[in-house]
Amino acid sequence: MAEPLALYIHWPFCAAKCPYCDFNSHVRERVDQGRFRAALRRELAFEAARAGRRPLASIFFGGGTPSLMEPETAAALIADARALFDPLPEVEITLEANPTSAEAGTLAAFRAAGVNRLSLGVQSLREDQLRFLGRRHGAAEAVAALELARGLFPRLSFDLIYARPGQAEAAWRAELREALALAADHLSLYQLTIEPGTRFAAEHARGAFALPDGEAAARLYAATAEEAARFGLLPYEVSNYARPGAESRHNLQYWRYGDYLGIGPGAHQRLTLGGTLRAARRHRAPEEWLARVERQGHAITAEEALSPEERAREALLMGLRLAEGVDPARLRARSGRALEEAVDPAILAACLEEGYLAWTPEGRLRATEEGRLRLDALLPALLR
Amino acid sequence: MTDIPLSRIRNFSIIAHIDHGKSTLADRLIQATGALSDREMKEQVLDNMELERERGITIKAQTVRLTYRAKDGEDYVLNLMDTPGHVDFAYEVSRSLAACEGSLLVVDASQGVEAQTLANVYQAIEAGHEIVPVLNKIDLPAAEPERVKQQIEDVIGLPADDAVLISAKTGLNIEGVLEAIVTRLPPPKGDPRAPAKALLVDSWYDPYLGVIVLVRVKDGHLRKGQKIRMMSTGAVHTVEQVGVFTPKMVPVESLGPGEMGYLTAAIKTVADTKVGDTITDDRTPAAEPLPGFKPSIPVVWCGLYPVDADDFEKLRESLAKLRLNDASFHYEPETSAALGFGFRCGFLGLLHLEIVQERLSREFDLDLIATAPSVVYRLRKTNGEWIELHNPADMPDGSVVDAIEEPWIKATIFVPDDYLGAVLTLCNERRGQQVELTYVGNRAMAVYRLPLNEVVFDFYDRLKSVSRGYASFDYQWDGYQEGDLVKISILVNNEPVDALSFMAHRSAAEKRGRAICEKLKELIPRQLFKIPIQAAIGGRIIARETISALSKDVTAKCYGGDITRKRKLLEKQKEGKKRMRQFGKVEIPQSAFIAALKMDA
Repeated sequence: MAEPLALYIHWPFCAAKCPYCDFNSHVRERVDQGRFRAALRRELAFEAARAGRRPLASIFFGGGTPSLMEPETAAALIADARALFDPLPEVEITLEANPTSAEAGTLAAFRAAGVNRLSLGVQSLREDQLRFLGRRHGAAEAVAALELARGLFPRLSFDLIYARPGQAEAAWRAELREALALAADHLSLYQLTIEPGTRFAAEHARGAFALPDGEAAARLYAATAEEAARFGLLPYEVSNYARPGAESRHNLQYWRYGDYLGIGPGAHQRLTLGGTLRAARRHRAPEEWLARVERQGHAITAEEALSPEERAREALLMGLRLAEGVDPARLRARSGRALEEAVDPAILAACLEEGYLAWTPEGRLRATEEGRLRLDALLPALLR
Repeated sequence: MTDIPLSRIRNFSIIAHIDHGKSTLADRLIQATGALSDREMKEQVLDNMELERERGITIKAQTVRLTYRAKDGEDYVLNLMDTPGHVDFAYEVSRSLAACEGSLLVVDASQGVEAQTLANVYQAIEAGHEIVPVLNKIDLPAAEPERVKQQIEDVIGLPADDAVLISAKTGLNIEGVLEAIVTRLPPPKGDPRAPAKALLVDSWYDPYLGVIVLVRVKDGHLRKGQKIRMMSTGAVHTVEQVGVFTPKMVPVESLGPGEMGYLTAAIKTVADTKVGDTITDDRTPAAEPLPGFKPSIPVVWCGLYPVDADDFEKLRESLAKLRLNDASFHYEPETSAALGFGFRCGFLGLLHLEIVQERLSREFDLDLIATAPSVVYRLRKTNGEWIELHNPADMPDGSVVDAIEEPWIKATIFVPDDYLGAVLTLCNERRGQQVELTYVGNRAMAVYRLPLNEVVFDFYDRLKSVSRGYASFDYQWDGYQEGDLVKISILVNNEPVDALSFMAHRSAAEKRGRAICEKLKELIPRQLFKIPIQAAIGGRIIARETISALSKDVTAKCYGGDITRKRKLLEKQKEGKKRMRQFGKVEIPQSAFIAALKMDA
């Protein structure tokens, strides 16, 4: 059987741009929902024709704010995907949503459309922090949305942003415990990162606020894992915590370096065609993307076959984010390179000795918590 | 040209401290005798290298032939010899002085005698010169001619009653200087009928004429077409041109006894013309060379490396070009684990080093890094063999070294009373031995014996800072002496960094080792692994610092849309690592070592 596919669908619009966000998101007064729906379906059909009939492991509506699209759009795309591929019985269909009351009203319709997992952008349970982060919802609204979602969707996750300016460890532990008590089975807990080109980048550069230093950030990270573990949520990836079995299958597909389609403005894709892994990306600007799809059926701006070296680097830089690590046999099958060829043996030995990397009993290479904490420094040294 | 009678030739040099007006006086003498029209005059005609003019120091000897009708009605030929003015070029200075019979001692009438003046005037006295004191800048309100005259008598021991009082700047009493040269300096001696014998004073490279040799004829004649022989090497050349500097080059028929001038003979590099050599006629050679020839030997060595490794070839070519004109510096290729490919270079002294380095960066546009300067140590091995050590990295295993000798200098320091204490403390810290301490008015003159290696290590800077720039300093060689010296290695991640190893006296080893470790700790960014930084004597660690591992560095979000960007960033970082130096599992940016060395300088 061919390897299962993951399908990512990008909705590029938001009600407002958050000051920390560097994603491909755009604010428009009005969006022609019908035309975008048709174009997304057309681009999906284009890729399905190339990919062939393959098992489908997951669908993920990301953005932007995909909960702002009409539920009919999600319904149509889910129906198309089910018809074009062979969905696995447990196919995971995730929608990202913001916990505003307006969006809460449409959640039932998305559930009806086939969405079985909701990922809410809660970000914080503190009013002042939500304002700092430029969010359009309040803490009570977020809790209400979570409770509503818990009744609607079989699976639920939400995001929090921590290591915020001046955040004390005790305060974060308290906030996180409140969040954990809201009984999701999955949390994405991101340390605040200043991305170039964002409003925060400009404010940070002129000293408007400062982030916790490396030591403080490391302590907050350890505290996070500790609190999550008390509620049975384990860190299966650098920033993702789940009850065993509740991991995001769609995101695991990225980290395990499987094939995925990326539909919509700016979406990236990794697709094996005729035995060759090809990387493709699409035009980022929504209107231009729309025009190209309407004209030629797709808006791919660049597509290239990846070399064994590139594949091995990608597989390792993603795989070492996972607590489960990388299976050398799978790495070889996916990249054409053996693990020994792909890494510097001296650095590997040093990292094993230092306790940054470890071999699992099954023979997988994994980064320890200490290793994952320093992955950006570890990878350029380790990978060849 | 007919021979000028010896009685109407005067060969003289000018001795002065930097800024006391030597070059200005030379310019005035040239103007007053009409050697150059006003239009041709540019400030400090003699110093024709950009660097020399800017820093007011002379590197190459030069001469100017002046014609002067004296008050006695006779026409005199006055040859002004401009000599290099720094101890680094002491041998070159001694040869220039050997080409003259007298000197003008120029002293700033407000500043008085400085250390450099003193060292040079003693050299002139040693060369048998008649000396005429000249007090310059007497137009300044701060001028104290009587006090300075007294100082010349007290400090130097020269009668200064009839010192010539002038202002080179305004041209006041230049005539008095010219008359003093004619009446108070002796004429040269020589035998026109003896075999040709001339002193090779200096030489430099001219792209059109080849090497130009500056000579002082003692006996006989030099003329065009003559086959000449270099007595130290036996090399024979055919003279293409002889002439004099006015200061323009003017060819003449011949140069006779007592005369100064130049010759060209299709000589390709200045390395073939050794300063102090005797030039004679190949067919009827002189029986004995002139006394005092010695080949120049570098005394201070350092590694020079291009900051950008791609500039290595350019550095090689530039060094070759520089050496065309400066045979006294030496270079050979050297490889350093920390700095890559470069050259080990030998110099006559610290100023010479600085000049070469500056010329490389200025004239050849090279961005260079120099390792800490090292003196030449003499090592006696247990088998009785002596070796010279130019680079601390080459120091043999301590067990085969029986004794180490280091060069010493005798330093003369002039300093106002207020700063004397600080200067003495500095000298004592640097293992100095006081030889003499005298007062002249409110200034003190301290004479110290000091190990040269203590002087090459930031002594000038410290002296300047403890005396607020008021101390003047000069030195002469004072032989080799055994010392309790050790080689200190700097280890990064347990591997020695060759470029940072250095020799020091055992008493200072720990302090200096610790200073470098602390400096490196600041300069090397935290990495994946902790990095031990150590200073060691042989296998014994004398100082240690640890750069701890960085505590957190990971991208929070990395999903399907981020892979390409992350991979490309990674590939760029790997490319950047090519500029890093590997020390086991850690890579140190070369910039950290460069910064460490720069802080040393």
